[in-house]
Amino acid sequence: MSTQEREAGRQIRCLIAKVGLDGHDRGAHVISRAFRDAGFEVIYSGLHRAPDEIVQAAVQEDVDVLGISILSGAHNTLVPKIVDGLKEYDAFEDTLILVGGIIPDDDREDMLEMGVGAVFGPGTPMEETIEFVRENVHDRE
Amino acid sequence: MTVTGTESALVDDLLDGKHRALARVITKIENRSPGYRDIVSALHTHTGTADVIGITGSPGAGKSTLVDKLAKTYRDRGETVGVIAVDPSSPYTGGAVLGDRIRMASNVGDMDVFFRSMSARGTLGGLSTATSDAVKALDAFGKDKVIIETVGAGQNEVDIVKTADTVCVLVQPGSGDDVQMLKAGILEIGDVFVVNKADMDGAERTVAELEEMIHMRENPAAGLNTGHHGPVDDEEMARVAIDSPDEEAWDPRVVETVATDATGVQELIDTLGDHAAWLHETGRIDDRARTRYAEEIRQLVRADTAGLLEEVIEARGGIEAMADDVLVKETDPYTVADELVGPVRECVDEELEP
Repeated sequence: MSTQEREAGRQIRCLIAKVGLDGHDRGAHVISRAFRDAGFEVIYSGLHRAPDEIVQAAVQEDVDVLGISILSGAHNTLVPKIVDGLKEYDAFEDTLILVGGIIPDDDREDMLEMGVGAVFGPGTPMEETIEFVRENVHDRE
Repeated sequence: MTVTGTESALVDDLLDGKHRALARVITKIENRSPGYRDIVSALHTHTGTADVIGITGSPGAGKSTLVDKLAKTYRDRGETVGVIAVDPSSPYTGGAVLGDRIRMASNVGDMDVFFRSMSARGTLGGLSTATSDAVKALDAFGKDKVIIETVGAGQNEVDIVKTADTVCVLVQPGSGDDVQMLKAGILEIGDVFVVNKADMDGAERTVAELEEMIHMRENPAAGLNTGHHGPVDDEEMARVAIDSPDEEAWDPRVVETVATDATGVQELIDTLGDHAAWLHETGRIDDRARTRYAEEIRQLVRADTAGLLEEVIEARGGIEAMADDVLVKETDPYTVADELVGPVRECVDEELEP
């Protein structure tokens, strides 16, 4: 399916999630707004969510993209829990997972191996992220 | 209609209580994906057990917070809940931020509250079809209560809440002078009015204004029987009795709540229960369903016919070529329309011939 067809046929739905104790969501707001302006439907989770809350939201909302924003350094504990939860509901296969925020280089590979589609650090141009979503969102029947 | 392959598996999984299948069915409904009609058809026989409650009101009235508390209270009583929250989308990009989920704090981690955000996707009329189909999915899934939440700002929203059995209009104190109450629109559709943020200044006045508005509606008789509009003199009682002999009519109620701390939520639930009971006792539930199905059939037929005619237009070179012909005065819009619809009319005439 080409990008044009996909856009004509269905709307890309995203969940932007703030998980854990990290209380800074300016970045999450900025990306939510940029995704909205790119024509996506964005659901924002709000601050301080537990991994299973994010899983619940991602499953019920049937999102194409799950963007997890973490600045606190807790990604190694939180992201695997979310991945496992999605698998439990058979939602892992067709959800594109993105991680944004402060992720040390050493941890990036681990994230990608776990099934995260991409890791976007600070300063990533918004267009790059949007383009990545358009290119990599999973096809569905 | 017969359901095949993937669709049939999806329907089975939904009826089996799989959340993923329910989520996926709603997505198909929203996207009008191939096969979604077969799915909705297959679900139809499994619907009709849920109480469907529509909640509307202006932005900031506290709808989401109230829905959260309603869902919590229903869950505490052992009932399962589905929520569909409709938010506007950008007419320019189609993008939307669906922000109501954030206020569902009391029900996180409880999968038996199935909360789903929907965007208006800029389609007038289409949204109410998609919403009522999504309600059917939740109903067939086995939800006891289905709540539709939407911003009340215009015709679109009025259409959506019409898909509910009980319509609840949220008003916040000080939301305008009493002329606002005279204006036509969402205030006419309420079965229950909720003055939320009832701890704010001016709440009493808003309640009084709403009660007066209800009192002055065309059919105020039933309300007088319950006596909760205060004393009424005999003369007025007599006049009302003549004007409106329908003693079974529903008298819209006004309930005060403070959603943030769940004050008044129990009373609201009781009132919603009263309305549901009234619908069943008087048989109005079937009247409402009949009206709804009639409207649904009309909308589907209209959309399908329009689709067929779009194909005819395409096959004949597209609408722009036709507009060009009109522009150079070769023909006129009425003639073009006649030519396009003519063959359809012939088929219809043939079909209807005795």
